[in-house]
Amino acid sequence: MKQHPALRVLYVIIPVLVSLAVTSALVIAVGESPFEVFEKLWEGAFRNTESVAGVVNFWIPLALACMGLIITFTAGLWNIGMEGQIMMGALFASWAARTIQLPPELLVPIELIIAALGGAFWGFVVGVLKTRFGVHEIFGGVGLNALVSVYAIYLISGPWRQPEGGNAQSTEPFPANALLNPMSDVFPVSLIALLITVAAILVVIWILRGTRWGLNLKATGKNPRSALLLGVPTTRSTLSAFMACGLLAGLAGAYRVLFTYDSLRPNVSGGIGFLALLVVLLVGIRPLWAPIIAFVFAAILAGSTRLRVSLQLDSSLAGVLQGTLVLVVLLFNGLRQRLTEARPASAAPAAHTSSTVSAPTSGSEGAAS
Amino acid sequence: MNPELINILSSIIANATPLVIAGIGETISERSGVTNLSLDGSLQLSAMVGFAAALATGNILLGCFVGMLVGALIALIVVAGNIELRQDQVALGFVLTLLCADIAQFLGQDLSGERAITMPRVNVPLLADIPIIGPIFFQHTAIVYVSYALIFGVWWWMFHTRGGLALRASGDRPETAFARGTRVNRLRYFYTILGGALVGLGGAAFSLAIKPGWSNPPAMRGEGWIALAIVIFGGWHPFRVVLGAYLFAVLRALASAIQRSPDIDFPLVLLNLLPWLLMIGTLVLVSSGVVDRLLRLLPERAQKWTRNFLRSDPPTALGTRFDP
Repeated sequence: MKQHPALRVLYVIIPVLVSLAVTSALVIAVGESPFEVFEKLWEGAFRNTESVAGVVNFWIPLALACMGLIITFTAGLWNIGMEGQIMMGALFASWAARTIQLPPELLVPIELIIAALGGAFWGFVVGVLKTRFGVHEIFGGVGLNALVSVYAIYLISGPWRQPEGGNAQSTEPFPANALLNPMSDVFPVSLIALLITVAAILVVIWILRGTRWGLNLKATGKNPRSALLLGVPTTRSTLSAFMACGLLAGLAGAYRVLFTYDSLRPNVSGGIGFLALLVVLLVGIRPLWAPIIAFVFAAILAGSTRLRVSLQLDSSLAGVLQGTLVLVVLLFNGLRQRLTEARPASAAPAAHTSSTVSAPTSGSEGAAS
Repeated sequence: MNPELINILSSIIANATPLVIAGIGETISERSGVTNLSLDGSLQLSAMVGFAAALATGNILLGCFVGMLVGALIALIVVAGNIELRQDQVALGFVLTLLCADIAQFLGQDLSGERAITMPRVNVPLLADIPIIGPIFFQHTAIVYVSYALIFGVWWWMFHTRGGLALRASGDRPETAFARGTRVNRLRYFYTILGGALVGLGGAAFSLAIKPGWSNPPAMRGEGWIALAIVIFGGWHPFRVVLGAYLFAVLRALASAIQRSPDIDFPLVLLNLLPWLLMIGTLVLVSSGVVDRLLRLLPERAQKWTRNFLRSDPPTALGTRFDP
């Protein structure tokens, strides 16, 4: 059964409208006009090429993180440790930028590789905690996130502190030869990073569609026990999924310090890892959609920075909008499935319409293993 | 005993109270088979809303009640989304955690720095006068006594009543429980909402009694995750969960004691690593079979008893949906 196109559009529009309504209610609650807020959001993201570049600068790390998470979601893993893996990448990249002295043509690739290794290392730790020590990845991840974030604050306020009189909230700006360069003044986005991101998107899609490793990941995610019985090395799949995800997270972290901030700051990831989890929850494990939704979310994020400037509103409103959207979509999908199943005539193709399964099945095994 | 030590012990009891209440709440809902992962956000939102309500009306009791209502509502979304709409509990809980934290921060932006109103301190008649024990346990705000009552009440209900048996059965063997006439999903609704309400009370305990007021970013950020970990550490048993909460408070008190002592030269910031290292460490301990190996070193008779005490298997059907 094909669904009527108008109906499918409706399925998208209703959650969007509901989440806009909820957000508006909150805005009214603090005494502002929702229209003005949404206008400012839009302005913050799309008023000129420079602001669009701002959106792309959020999109690059977010899309990298999303593609990483698609790998772990495919393997049935809840990688909440994403945030920490991004931070770890940022930390490693900062270390390289501060210590290694080379011309930029050599230094930048080395920094990126080191950052990717840092992220992969932190992903590996989550994986080992899970596979070897039985700690569920949600709790391992949350713990490791906090550890790296505290350590970054320690570095910024301690060993990497600025000389007297400098800003206590960041390290010294890295030398110019350690930074990624913007491609132009009107569109300040790093070309290298943009190309890497596009490549990462394509590679992840290819891995999941056409490689044996991708197949192993899927098998592990769908049913780890039978996958193991059929000869899939599930432990290795789990670990490699975490490491691949951490690799991309590390690159995202590197972008934040080597381009967005030019220095290491506390909370350098800015919640991008969590946001990426929301994106992936929204799109399920369909890798093609992730970059598109990531762009929408990046626009909301970039737009929200203007709320504080022009309306003195907390930019957490962006999170409210994104969070409600995902929540409503999840609930609405469930409602839709129930309604389609309730009608016996349409019961048969339910398998097709239920392409909304977004959470890895093994994630629901509970809080412990 | 010197008065300073008594002071510290008494503040440990007070500081652990939100974790105790939230931990008990989460234990109840997980025992019935539902993981409410939204704890971190629920705590923040209920703390903020509870504080705002108390501030607006001047009534602390109302603040607590509103906090409970918020917690219950969030739990309702998790359990209804899971049972009726067949969405994953972890997914719903995770989204709600982020969402509620953001809502709390957004709506609470004007509340930070507002003059805090605090629960009055109440001494329990007679008990408060016992030397040592009195000042440590019975000279607190009312919410602390509520937490005592909860600990024993929940334990008694869970292990000594038919209702408690049904609660545990719907988390462990929902099919069997259903076959014996227990309405599994109805119980899950009830206990998850009740557990959520307790989480909300824990949040209100934060902003109205333990660390009065509201700040941006909120001081209790991260506590919810620790509470979730404590439930695992506590093996889903109310007594051990509470023990875990107090243990955490003890270690934090130790950390801040180190912080104040001039003799120990240690970067202060790094002390914040402690709760998280502890969380990972305890989870490794209870999940990896290390305990089992250590137990074999004990004499036979002690083995059985300790193993029973340290048992930490999750409710078998935790996180799975039950379709009658």
